[in-house]
Amino acid sequence: LPATRSAVPGALVMDKPTSYEDITSYNNFYEFGTDKGDPAEHAHTLKPRPWSVLVDGEVGKPQRLTLEDLMRAAPMEERIYRLRCVEGWSMVIPWIGFSLSALAGRVEPTSRAKYVSFYTLADAKQMPGVQSRVLDWPYVESLRIDEAMHPLTLLAFGLYGEVLPNQNGAPVRLVVPWKYGFKSAKSIVRIQFTEKPATPSWVKANPQEYGFYSNVNPRVDHPRWSQATERRIGEGGLFAPRKPTLMFNGYEAQVGQLYAGLDLKKNY
Amino acid sequence: MSVMPAPALSFLNAWLVRPWMKPLLWAVCAVPAVALLIGAVVGSLGANPAEKLIRETGEWALRWLWLTLAITPLRELASLPALVRFRRTLGVTTFVYAVLHLLSYAGFDKGWVLDDIVRDVFKRNFILVGMLGFVVMLPLALTSFNAAVRALGGRRWQWLHRLTYVVAMLGLLHFYLKKAAKNDTDEVLVYAVILAVLFGWRVMRRGGILAMWRVR
Repeated sequence: LPATRSAVPGALVMDKPTSYEDITSYNNFYEFGTDKGDPAEHAHTLKPRPWSVLVDGEVGKPQRLTLEDLMRAAPMEERIYRLRCVEGWSMVIPWIGFSLSALAGRVEPTSRAKYVSFYTLADAKQMPGVQSRVLDWPYVESLRIDEAMHPLTLLAFGLYGEVLPNQNGAPVRLVVPWKYGFKSAKSIVRIQFTEKPATPSWVKANPQEYGFYSNVNPRVDHPRWSQATERRIGEGGLFAPRKPTLMFNGYEAQVGQLYAGLDLKKNY
Repeated sequence: MSVMPAPALSFLNAWLVRPWMKPLLWAVCAVPAVALLIGAVVGSLGANPAEKLIRETGEWALRWLWLTLAITPLRELASLPALVRFRRTLGVTTFVYAVLHLLSYAGFDKGWVLDDIVRDVFKRNFILVGMLGFVVMLPLALTSFNAAVRALGGRRWQWLHRLTYVVAMLGLLHFYLKKAAKNDTDEVLVYAVILAVLFGWRVMRRGGILAMWRVR
C-alpha cells in the first residue's frame, strides 16, 4: 500500500516500532474471541473485500462509500503512533491511512453534528465471537466532533506498508492515538454524525470502569489496576521495568487544548 | 472410612500404590512449570511473556486445587482408596504454583517494589482477595509434612485442612474479579461449575453445607 510520510505534527514518533509479528499476533478484537491470540487464529473468516462504509446522520450528503472510493478520499500517509491499551501494555505501530477529517469534505456535516460514532461489522458468519455475550454487538465507539476532526485521528487501511491484516481491523479502522486502544473501532461499516453521543460498547458494559473520553491518563487509574506505567511489548525482555505512561499518551502538545477546562478525573 | 475397590478396579488400585507412582505424579505436576520456564528462556511465550507467566501460573494453581478437591469424590465414586496418597502432593503443587504466581506478579508487574505491592493490595479488591487466599494457604503448606500431621493429630490436621474450601472460594473470586473487568467470564464459569459439583457432592454425602466441614 503506497504512502508518503505524514506532515501532520506528532504523526511520526521516534520510538522504535514494535515488530510486525507482535502487532499481528497480540490483539484485542472480541468479535474473534477474548484471548489475545484468538484474532490472529480466527480472523481469516473475515472477508474485507468487497466492503462498503455507510456515512450518514447529520450530514448534507449521506452516502455509502465502497472501500475503493473511501481509499481515494485522500492521499495515503505513513504515520508512526504509540498505541496504549487500557490493560497496561503498549506498542508502536506504523499505520497507513489519512486523517478522518478528509472525509468530512465529502459528506458535509451539518451544524447539528456534535459527535461521530463508529460501528464495527457484527456478522456471526464471519466473526465467531459475536455469538458470545461479552459485549452488546455491534461494537460502537464515539468521539466528540472536534476529537474526530483532529488531524491525528486516523482512518487506517494498512500497517508496515501492507494492507491491514484481518486481526488488526481490516479493511478500515480508526486510530485515535491519545486514547486507550479500545476507542479505535476496527472493521468499520458505518460512520454516523450525530447531535447526541452514542453510548460506546465498553461504557454500556461497565460504566463504573470505562468512560466516554478514555483519554490515556497516568493519573486516573482503572479501578482494577494502575495506569501510571505500561509494558512496551517486545522491548527489553522479561525483566525490563515498565515505562511511565505519558499524559494523552505523549500527544499532549497536539491534543491538550481539546480538553481545556475539563475535569479529566470526572470525565475519564 | 475405607472402601473396598470393586474387582474390576482393584488392578488399577494396586498400580496406584506402587512406590514409583508418587515421584511420577511429582514429575507430572512439574510439567507446566517447566514448559513455562523453557518458553520464557527460548522466547516462545508470545508478545507479552510477563502477562503469560502471571496468568498461566495463576490458572495452573486453580487447576491443581480443583484436582486436589476432586480426589475424595473420585476415590469414593470410583472405589479407588489409593488415590488419597496423591491428595497432599496435589495440594503442595497448588501452593507451589500459587507462589510462582505471586512471584511473577511481584517481579514482572511490580518490579519487586514492596511499597507498590502493599498499595496494590489495599487499593484493589481482586489483589486483596488473591493475597488473602495465599495467606490462608500458608498454614496448610506449613503443615504438609508427615511430622506436622503426626504432631497435630489426624483430626486436628483434617480440620485445619478444611481451609482448602476457603482457599478455593477466594481463588475463584480472585479469578472472577480479574476477568469481570473485561467482561470475559466464560472461563470463570467453567471453574465455578466444577467447584459447585465438587462442593455439591460433599454437601449431598454429608447431608448439609455445615456438615461438609465436619471432621469424622
